[in-house]
Amino acid sequence: MTEVIATTTGLFPLPDWAKEELSDLKGHQKDDLISGEESEEIASAYERARSDVIAAQTEAGLDGIVEGQLRWDDMLAHPLCVHDNVDTRGIVRYYDNNNFYREPVVTGELTPDGDVAAELSAAPEANQAVLPGPYSLADLATDEYYGDETTFLGAVASFLAEEAGSLPDVETLFLLEPSLVENPPEEGVDERASDAIDTVAGAIDADVVVHSYWGAIPEKPYAHLMDAGVDAIGFDFVSDHESNIYNIQEYGTKDSIALGVVDGQNTLVETPAEIRERINWVRENVPAQEFETVYATPNTELFYLPVNKFEAKLEALGAAAAEEETA
Amino acid sequence: MSYADTREQFRPEDHPTDHFLLTTVVGSYPKPKWLNRAKELVDDEDRDFDEAHLEEALDDASRLITDEHVRSGLDVVVDGEMRRNEMVEYFAHRIDGYEFNGPVKVWGHNYFDKPSVADEVAYDEPWLVDEFEFTTGVTNRPVKVPITGPYTLASWSFNERYDTEAELAYDLADLVNEEIEQLVEAGCRYIQIDEPALATTPDDHAIVGDCLEQIADGVPEDVRLGLHVCYGDYSRIYPEILEYPVHEYDLELANGDYEQLDVFTETEFTKDLALGVVDVHTAEIESVKRIKRNIRKGFEVVPPERLTVSPDCGLKLLPREIAYGKMENMVQAARELEAELDASEVDVGYASE
Repeated sequence: MTEVIATTTGLFPLPDWAKEELSDLKGHQKDDLISGEESEEIASAYERARSDVIAAQTEAGLDGIVEGQLRWDDMLAHPLCVHDNVDTRGIVRYYDNNNFYREPVVTGELTPDGDVAAELSAAPEANQAVLPGPYSLADLATDEYYGDETTFLGAVASFLAEEAGSLPDVETLFLLEPSLVENPPEEGVDERASDAIDTVAGAIDADVVVHSYWGAIPEKPYAHLMDAGVDAIGFDFVSDHESNIYNIQEYGTKDSIALGVVDGQNTLVETPAEIRERINWVRENVPAQEFETVYATPNTELFYLPVNKFEAKLEALGAAAAEEETA
Repeated sequence: MSYADTREQFRPEDHPTDHFLLTTVVGSYPKPKWLNRAKELVDDEDRDFDEAHLEEALDDASRLITDEHVRSGLDVVVDGEMRRNEMVEYFAHRIDGYEFNGPVKVWGHNYFDKPSVADEVAYDEPWLVDEFEFTTGVTNRPVKVPITGPYTLASWSFNERYDTEAELAYDLADLVNEEIEQLVEAGCRYIQIDEPALATTPDDHAIVGDCLEQIADGVPEDVRLGLHVCYGDYSRIYPEILEYPVHEYDLELANGDYEQLDVFTETEFTKDLALGVVDVHTAEIESVKRIKRNIRKGFEVVPPERLTVSPDCGLKLLPREIAYGKMENMVQAARELEAELDASEVDVGYASE
């Protein structure tokens, strides 16, 4: 019997009141963004915002509750941008979006930091953690310390493993790896990307889901990813269902699976019936496998959406999973 | 060349030199602080400040900034887009089919009200005719009208209704065409289509081209059409963009200190170039000498009679006195170079034919 878990990829939009309050408190320029050492006032605003988004998830009936990553001004680059041995420089484009983040430049050893653990500890209701995957985090950053690509990827993986290991108890960890699709690893690097993910996944006692989006991972890196010791791989069934189902049919997948079935970048809200249809489509096209757990999620992070649509999408996901269970 | 000379009409009657380097701006300009306060007041129910008062404030701002452009000596002026809050939002509010759900993040704590296309788009009320008529009413200088292009209007919206972004862009292009028809009727002779989104998705240059064909359809020959693109890798859209039915390309090049100039000399630049000669992301006013050197870079791409002198992009994020200083030095640099060109004291690097 497959368990359907309604959850999200995290990185939520700030509630509108918090957008205003925090921009007043912090400012609009690149030097004003999060540093890891916030004033009490700023910390308190984030605390209230966090309660809001946890309430929204609970009310929507989601199974996987995340902290929301509301402090992640630099999106997936956040864990490096707040690190002492990382400089943040110019504003650079975030993948193929009209969004920007501060370019993190690693200028010293990536020592354990604990920023994400501290943030998650402030949300005891959360049962799911979110981190960037090592390949994407290395891809979003610039290295001026380790010297070569292989050493740098290894260092980012060890750093994330430390971060994952220090997290409070959670049931699940989502590792977000859009770079596996957007800037896929070449021959040789693909195996190391998989090893790096394995390093992070091995550091935590939780179910680990590696989720990628904005298309499908090319075949070879996908085949290597299957060697990583993770519990599930996540697929974007909004942007490219054909190539993703092809990977699963050709190379198989883990015992559990995450399905990006809600569009994180469009305000059109899916109905619970549409979400169930998408989940069933995948199941029907992978007839040889009965999944242990299906994580039903948005395909991307959710900060792209205005708050009303973000909440509506959480509700649709919650309702779809509830009906799936009773069906 | 198959297109009419649309440029000479903007030469001032008393222009002192034979050479004419058309000076203008991209469009947006810092808003006076009191205008932002006026917008807050209109939201404050405890104040006796209503929409009519705000309209008056917008007129005042538009007049003030147009005057500021005139004072700097520009040949073609804009009102600094005082009535526009943001380049997509402003138009989406006036187009049927759009709805707003709230602010979304661009970066850090910078947000915009990214609209959703919930229904087929349709022309409702004029977008810019009032703005144009007001501006021409407060100056004798020619006025340029910048319009956000259909491709950018489509890409920077949520698309709930159309199967593809391209289909949405084509429908929007028809609306832009309709707006231009009204602007032309009102006397407008210089229109600039802003397509910054092309820089982020250069592979879509053919879609932008098709949109521009729709936009230019039926526009009289003496109306000058420009295209503004900024902050991208131009080698991915050039020389293809030369095929677009526009007279002038307004490009940001000062920001990268002309490192991309080679792109435009490799294949002959057959249209007019509006060259970015001041950087809009440094709060430092470039010297006249520096700007003259930048303008001369343009002579490597086109001869002086096809060069327009302009900032890289809208000036709106700069402190107002810096924005003014940049325009003033830019005009001064152009006037000095024109005199030097008349006296044959300038080497023109343009090497075609």
